[in-house]
Amino acid sequence: MSERRVSLEVLRYDPETDSEPRFQRYPVPYHEEWVVLDALNYIKDHLDTTLSYRWSCHMAVCGSCGMMVNGEPVLACKAFLRDYPDEIRVEPLLHFPIERDLVTVIDDFMAKLARVKPYLIPARDEPASAAERRQTPAELKRFKQYTLCINCMLCYAACPEYGLMPEFLGPAAIALAHRYNRDSRDAGRDERQEIIAANEGVWDCSFVGACSEVCPKHVDPAGALQQVKIASTVDWYKEHLMPWVKK
Amino acid sequence: MVTIRTDVAILGAGGAGLRAAIALAESDPGLRIALISKVYPMRSHTCAAEGGAAGVIKADDSLEQHFHDTVGGGDWLSDQDAVEYFIREAPGELVQLERWGCPWSRDPDGSVAVRPFGGMKIKRTWYAADKSGFHILHTLFQTSLKHPAIERFDEYYATDLLVDDGRCHGLTAIEMRSGQLREFRAQAVIIAAGGAGRMFRFTTNGAIKTGDGMALAYRAGVPLKDMEFVQYHPTGLPNTGILLTEGCRGEGGILVNRSGYRYLQDYGMGPETAPGKPVLKTMELGPRDRLSQAFWHEMKKGNTIPTPWGECVLLDMRHLGEKLIDERLPFVRELSTSYLGKDPVTEPIPVRPVVHYMMGGIDTDIGAATPLAGLFAAGECACVSINGANRLGSNSLTEILVFGRRAALSAVEYLRSGPRAGNERALTARTAEARERIRRLFEITGGRVSISGLRSEMMDTMEEHAGIYRTGGGLAQACARLSELRERHAGIGLNDRTNVYNTELLQALELKSMLDCAEAVAVSAQARTESRGAHQRLDFVERDDDKFLRHSLAHHRSGQPPRIEYRDVVVTKSQPGVRDYSGDKK
Ligand SMILES: Cc1cc2nc3c(=O)[nH]c(=O)nc-3n(C[C@H](O)[C@H](O)[C@H](O)COP(=O)(O)OP(=O)(O)OC[C@H]3O[C@@H](n4cnc5c(N)ncnc54)[C@H](O)[C@@H]3O)c2cc1C
Ligand code: FES
Repeated sequence: MSERRVSLEVLRYDPETDSEPRFQRYPVPYHEEWVVLDALNYIKDHLDTTLSYRWSCHMAVCGSCGMMVNGEPVLACKAFLRDYPDEIRVEPLLHFPIERDLVTVIDDFMAKLARVKPYLIPARDEPASAAERRQTPAELKRFKQYTLCINCMLCYAACPEYGLMPEFLGPAAIALAHRYNRDSRDAGRDERQEIIAANEGVWDCSFVGACSEVCPKHVDPAGALQQVKIASTVDWYKEHLMPWVKK
Repeated sequence: MVTIRTDVAILGAGGAGLRAAIALAESDPGLRIALISKVYPMRSHTCAAEGGAAGVIKADDSLEQHFHDTVGGGDWLSDQDAVEYFIREAPGELVQLERWGCPWSRDPDGSVAVRPFGGMKIKRTWYAADKSGFHILHTLFQTSLKHPAIERFDEYYATDLLVDDGRCHGLTAIEMRSGQLREFRAQAVIIAAGGAGRMFRFTTNGAIKTGDGMALAYRAGVPLKDMEFVQYHPTGLPNTGILLTEGCRGEGGILVNRSGYRYLQDYGMGPETAPGKPVLKTMELGPRDRLSQAFWHEMKKGNTIPTPWGECVLLDMRHLGEKLIDERLPFVRELSTSYLGKDPVTEPIPVRPVVHYMMGGIDTDIGAATPLAGLFAAGECACVSINGANRLGSNSLTEILVFGRRAALSAVEYLRSGPRAGNERALTARTAEARERIRRLFEITGGRVSISGLRSEMMDTMEEHAGIYRTGGGLAQACARLSELRERHAGIGLNDRTNVYNTELLQALELKSMLDCAEAVAVSAQARTESRGAHQRLDFVERDDDKFLRHSLAHHRSGQPPRIEYRDVVVTKSQPGVRDYSGDKK
């Protein structure tokens, strides 16, 4: 194998002993096929067993390994060494408190996911049944893209609004609400819209679109936000200016 | 010591754990349910499943046929009463997921679409493109958020079961954020902690699949059943072990050797079918054990292709065309393009067999109950057994649903029977022992046994001696080696003496789980002197129904290799016969 080495500069922070984060540098062998996660595993196994970070699937689907690599939010298991210079800086995801080393505290995100009622809310008059409902491929396509979110939170790290206003529900949570709103089997849009349209909801987004750029699954949360915002505006007009129109 | 009192504690928040939690909440919203997991639920490895979940739904299919495919596929080691129950419940569970919003792929008329899968005579695998497990997991997780009765304990690492007076009364777990041990007192415990593929170096399993649940039950006196049956999936990416789903072949992908020859026809799975026109239950749609074994023989004959990552065959999907691949197999395209640099639309993909699934696991009965009162188990960590000696692809995602729910119902029944409370003093002592064991890890000074070194030796041993083909001699070496590693594990010392999110501590504990499971695999494999399904012995090449139409049960013995016992397989209507994958043409 090659002699080439890269240098990983990794943020370290132990809340029990460090008053603030510091950086530690590790020389790591370079392999054409390695991702940053492989380099971290190399460090953990051979250089420094005290380094902590989250990972599991190594195939970009469990959403555990989001981190900042040279300043960009990425999945460490899909960030290839070959796409970086020989000096690579690895930090925990921006906009989240650091729990330890590359591990962030994600309570806020988990609470927001739950808040948007991310489950089917069937119509009140839908007969109770245990049978399969029909849904055409075209109906599926209306929301399929928004089901692909792996909750990696890269979009929160990229979102300037979330950085400034932590109350903002944020891209992934709103895209998830939008996913259920667009599902032909769902009738819960009004309930969700109320939550989203509250002031810390969709209005805060300034449509920079950074969230969609970093999304590893091409969910396009920015598109979802825009549609939700338009829908909310229409709702507002209907309610306030044309109360006779049924939503 | 913080004690959390609850009615049912569920260890594991993957598909099986979440399904159990929802079933409990639905059966009685007043129940207190603690859902404990070492990762956030959506990180559980169910998310990695690609191909789909089997259940009879279409008019041309029958429960009878699904039963026979499963029992034959399992080389008659499945308990047939359990298979009957499983198959009957399967369609209802998959429809239930539909009602919870799972984005199943659809036929033009809006009904759920099904795809062909290995070893299944009729198309019955429900799928959501090639991210079926991902969608099942997220649908379950999101649905669970509806139920306030489910209290989650995310990033809690379970270390021990609390057992007193022949009953399970809870467990202890490390709260990873603080590093503190927590005691969960529960009337019933359900283990849904997933598989143990990480015992092997080359595996489709994520880092968290370290067999903790199996090891916890085992050390608490519950036997591990049929552990010698480890499934190899025939098509893994050679450099990373990332899986390319059987759906690739279900949609018409073919396997060829170095001369472009579809070698499966030489191993009882011919005659050849037209490329892109897959015929069920033959050629590329044969069962996984047979396909992986055929690869091994091709390799011995020199018919495979050397690559920097070992010998390979080619999975060719080019004839399927870009449109179909993008619609049905988008993830496969993304994975092979980014991780191997090969696009299935334009190139055949080199693949080789990879450790994938544990047929064996915690001994349970058809009601998901273990022999230890108050302890239930479901999902990949459990062995009911429906999978026998070889699981058919797409039966497992259904299994986690059917038996996740079943475990919940059994736990509720158990609660209603009014089980005796545990002895406070005894349970407190158990917790103290658990804490003491962890504290000792922090105290070993000068312990120079490295976790990664030991883990590496374990993986080498398993790869070399417990793989697709095994021999008595090799297994004897493996057993000796694993005993030695078990002893050396006691000398592990931690460099990281801190509390918060100490992953070195967790790795040390996970390694112990894997070593326990690995020893159960090797010792059970050595004792089974026959070849059946995924357990193939070069020194005992025939199936031996007289001696081994029986489940192996590995019983833990402190500081020693397990003791192996056997229990007869339950046969209801299918007598052991010949597994025929030669298609209908013969
Ligand atoms: C790549 C891949 C593809 C697959 N494709 C298919 C398919 O197409 N069809 C099919 O039927 N099957 C498939 N399988 C198999 C199937 O996905 C699994 O068997 C199934 O998802 C297992 O689910 P589970 O709920 O039992 O475990 P998991 O989803 O693995 O969940 C285990 C849970 O236990 C928790 N846990 C473990 N140890 C501890 C501990 N010590 N403390 C606390 N919590 C703990 C984990 O955090 C996790 O929440 C596939 C498997 C793989 C690896
Ligand atoms: S490890 Fe699962 S997304 Fe990276």
